[in-house]
Formats: sequence, C-alpha cells, structure tokens
Amino acid sequence: MSLVLETRNIDKHFYKPKDFHVLKDISFKIKEGEFASIVGKSGCGKSTLLYILSTMDTEYTGELFLNEQLITGNSKEELSRIRNRNIGFVFQFHYLLSEFSVIENVMLPAKKLAEKSQKEIEQNAREKLEMLHIGHLAEQKASRISGGEKQRVAIARALINNPTILMGDEPTGNLDSHNSENVFNIFRRLSIEEGLSLLIVTHDNDFAQRTDRIIEMEDGRIIS
Amino acid sequence: MINWSVIIGIAKTHLLTKMKSTVTAALGVTFGIGAYITMAGFMTGLNNLLDGLTLNRTPHIRLYNEIEPSKKQPVSLYADFENTFNVINSIKPKESQKKIHNALPILQYLKTDDAVKGATPQLQTQIFYLSGSIELGGMLIGADIMEEARLSNIKDYIVKGSPEALRNNANGILLGAGLADKMTLTVGDRIQVSTVSGDIFPLKIVGIYQSGLAEIDNSQSYVNLKTAQRILGQPENYITDIHIKLFDIEAAPAMAKRWERQFDIQAIDIKEANAQFETGSNIRNLITYAVSITLLIVAGFGIYNILNMLIYEKMKDIAILKATGFSGNDVALIFISQAVIIGFMGGILGLLVGFSLSALIDNTPFETEALPTIKTYPINYSPLYYIIGIVFALLSTFIAGYLPANKAKNIDPVKIIRGT
Repeated sequence: MSLVLETRNIDKHFYKPKDFHVLKDISFKIKEGEFASIVGKSGCGKSTLLYILSTMDTEYTGELFLNEQLITGNSKEELSRIRNRNIGFVFQFHYLLSEFSVIENVMLPAKKLAEKSQKEIEQNAREKLEMLHIGHLAEQKASRISGGEKQRVAIARALINNPTILMGDEPTGNLDSHNSENVFNIFRRLSIEEGLSLLIVTHDNDFAQRTDRIIEMEDGRIIS
Repeated sequence: MINWSVIIGIAKTHLLTKMKSTVTAALGVTFGIGAYITMAGFMTGLNNLLDGLTLNRTPHIRLYNEIEPSKKQPVSLYADFENTFNVINSIKPKESQKKIHNALPILQYLKTDDAVKGATPQLQTQIFYLSGSIELGGMLIGADIMEEARLSNIKDYIVKGSPEALRNNANGILLGAGLADKMTLTVGDRIQVSTVSGDIFPLKIVGIYQSGLAEIDNSQSYVNLKTAQRILGQPENYITDIHIKLFDIEAAPAMAKRWERQFDIQAIDIKEANAQFETGSNIRNLITYAVSITLLIVAGFGIYNILNMLIYEKMKDIAILKATGFSGNDVALIFISQAVIIGFMGGILGLLVGFSLSALIDNTPFETEALPTIKTYPINYSPLYYIIGIVFALLSTFIAGYLPANKAKNIDPVKIIRGT
C-alpha cells in the first residue's frame, strides 16, 4: 500500500520568548486509507506538528513527503496549490466565512482550484452536503447555522477537492457529545466507504481509541 | 494562476456586507475627484478667459521702430577723444522715422514663412478726438481689419457693428466704448479727429469696440489702414507696426530674436510682453493642483484606514482562505481589488458630480461691464481633467489598498488559527 504522508527527522524550535525545542526528531508514515489520530497532553507539540504536515508552517528542519514526493522547500505559491489540491483541513472552531452562504463556503476551494466548471462544482458541493445530511442548509448564511452544522459544513469544504488526506485539529473539541459522535461517524464512514486517509489531532481518548492507529506524543517526541 | 472571478467575487461580497464603510470610502473619492474636476474646470476656464483678455489680442511677435538714443554718440567716433572719459549730458533720441523701413517687402517675406499664421500691418498714431469743443487724446490704429479678425478675436470685442462694416466704409471708425460714452456718440454718428499736426478729418462711426480694459477703451479706436495713412498724409508703405501670429506660440522668443537681427528692427514677443501675466497663470494652476491633490490624498487616507480596519476584522477569514489553498498573492489581490472597485465607483461618480457642478457654474449668470462677451462664469470642459481625475482615483486607491493588502498577504494563518 502506498504512503500518503511521511516525515523524516522533523525538528522545530520556537525562538520566542526563549528557545524551546518543540518537536524532536519526528519520523512517521501514514498509509493510504489509514484513519490515524495523534494524542498527547496540551503543549506536547501535536498541533504544531499538524500545522507542519498541513504545509502552512514551513519553519522546521527535516523532510516532509506527500504522496511520496518531497514538498519541503517548495515555494509558498506551490505549497498553497498543494494544500488546495491535496489537503482537506478541519479546525476546532468551524472557521467558515460568515458572510458567505453555506454552499459558497463549500465551493470556494474548488473555485480556487478551477479544474471544473461552475456547474460541476456546485453539483459536487451539493452532493457533499447531502452526504453529510445538511443539504437543506445550502442557501443559508454560514453565520446562521448551529455549531454542529458548521463543523459538518467545514468537513464538506475540506472534502470538495477530493483530497488525498483530511487533517483535523481537534475537530470535536468544541462540540457536545452528540455532535462529536456524529463527526466521528462521518470520519469513520469516509475512511471505510471512500478509502480516505485521515489524521486527526485530539485529546478526546474515546475518539482516539476508536481510530485505526494512535500516535502518542510527549514532550515533542512520538512515544508510540 | 490567478482566478479572477473567485477573487472579485470575494471582494464584492466583502464590500456588499460592509456597505456603510464601502459607501463612506467611495464618497471620499467622489468628493475628492468631484472637487478636483470642478476646481480644475473653473480655474482653467478663468485662466483661459484672462489669457484671452490680454494674450489673444496681443500679437505673438510685434515688429516696430523704437525711438531711442543712439548707442554710439558722435564723440566716441572722434579720434582725439579716444581713451578719455567722456561725459555727455541731456542725450536726445536720434532723429529717425517711426515707420518700418521696407515694411511691405518684410510683410511679403513673413507671409511666405511656414511658421507664420499671419502677419498684419498697422499704423499706430497719436490723435485727438473732437466732439464739439471737447478734445480727447488717444490712439488711432490703422489696420487691415479683416486680417485682424481672422488672426485675433477682435470680433468678440466689437459690441456694435462689425469688421465688415469698417472694411466697407473708407471713412469708418470703430470707436472705443469709453470714448463713445464720454462723447455720447453711437453707431451712425460722426466724429472728427485731429492729427498732432492739426489736420482735422471727419469719420463715421460704424462700430463700438469694448475690450474690457478701461485704459484701452478710453483711448483707442480702429480705422482702415489706408484711412489712417490718408489722415496722416503718408504713402501706402507707411507702416509703424507689424503684428505676427505664429502657429506655435512657444517659438515666439526665438523667432523674435532672429527677425530682430534680420530686419534690424525692434521685435518683442508675447512672453516678454506678458511675463508677469504668465506667472499669474502658473501660480493659479499651482494652487488648483495643490488643493486637488490634497483632497485626493485625504480620500486616499480614508480608503487606507477603512481597508486596514476591514483586514483587521477579516483576520480569521484570511487565515481560512490561506488554509484552504489561497496564496498570499490571492489574498492581497482580494483587498487590492476592493480598493480599486471603491476607487472606480467613487471616481466615476466623482466625474459625474464634477461635471454637474461645472455645468451649474457654467450656467450661473456672470455679467460684468469689463467683459462684454461673457454672460456666465467660464468653465473649461477639457477631457484631460476627467482622464487625470479617474486615473488619480484609481492610482490613489490602488496605493491606499496596496499597503494593507500587503499586510494581509503576509499574515501567518497558523498564528491566527492557534489564537496566539
């Protein structure tokens, strides 16, 4: 089975306010279709690692491979394109553009990618929303729907370009247990039905226990 | 690759949801551009009017004989007084003719010159106007009136009668308006003029001439060149002035110098004759531009401020856009297009406001004794100012948008998302 994501010897320092070695020699691999979670105490560096993996943070040493291609050292423009094309991202706080309607939010990354016509994009966006049972909200303003619904819209947006991997930074951290359960079930279904690779940072142990693989971190190292 | 429809779409949504700030910013531009158009149109309209008042009836080059003392006095030619220090008291001008020597050949020559639009002969002389027992001193100008009408806007200043009427009447005179008032004369009346040597000559008034400059209107009148020569008892080649109009006014100083040498004659060009006038025009233009640019800069700061605040409010949106694959340049373009849209809308509206205000001023009655042809305030509708206006609107809003947009471009999405 091919590798979706691989890191080799990633190190990162925070220099402000004082030198702090936040990630120490991180090397691991995510296989295609794997549903993995990263757990660890607050401040162990798991979010920092995720931002490096998402290509948004480029200040590190070591090597990052996506689809078995080295992307460390690529230009910012190139990284934006990779992010747009290959990585879906779900945050702890929904982070929708509140002035746009739900469907526009979902369509935005696809419009940026501009590989499909406007009509196809809209149809795809509607399919994603239907799949997450929020098709009826398509025309609503993003600021006028509930928290659980927002997170599902964010997932739809992350999926719109059919990414290679979906990353989540505590996607259930801000949701009640019912909605958390809902989000987990969506992830699980995407993993099984669509064969999507997922990498979720969480400190919800229940959530982590039910994933295929748990990567545990402590003090900037992977311990298991 | 830049996906303009997406970028413009986002920019438009931002502007529409922040309607109040958008309108405020656009109105800033509108007022700046509108005020600029109005001021530039009004000021240059006024400048052109004043230019017309003096410059249009001043020839580009005037050739004449100056009455002046000889530069070389006879004593300096006398060998016995070489290397001595000579003091001469009460130097008088040398005895010479007022008329231009070889005036007709010079005139012929000038008319064949490609740079010359026209050259007209004039005979200027001192004269007394007689009306009953009243005797008023003044100037009489004998001129080829049809040529003058072609080359200058003298026609505008003939308030009664016409140049043709003068041409058709060998004993006709275009009387200065001030003179006509003083002597209560009007078109159709007769007037007698007396030369310096005392010859009296009757003339018929065929028109009234009002330039707007009182000292000219109170003393100056026009007759046909031949009439003037007859009054003075001089032959047809007696011409005291040649007025030259060029195609290119900028060439006047150089050509004046050339002809001065070539014809051994005095030549004065329009720049020399109206130096202080041009200074006045320049300063008025400078003030116009200073005020307009100030207005536009103020509008620019308004836009800068509003966009800066908008970007501060949109930090999270910017982070999301970057996280979902929009590059820094895309984000910067979103904000720059917002600024330019504001500039374009505000600018176009400003042009309309400026045009309306100009039209309003243009139709405001403005009647003054001094300017007989002017009925309303002068306005210059030159398209140049409209082009400058819209270009400046786009340029200033682009700069005002560029700086905050650059800030947005460099926002680190990780910092915003992690909330640090």
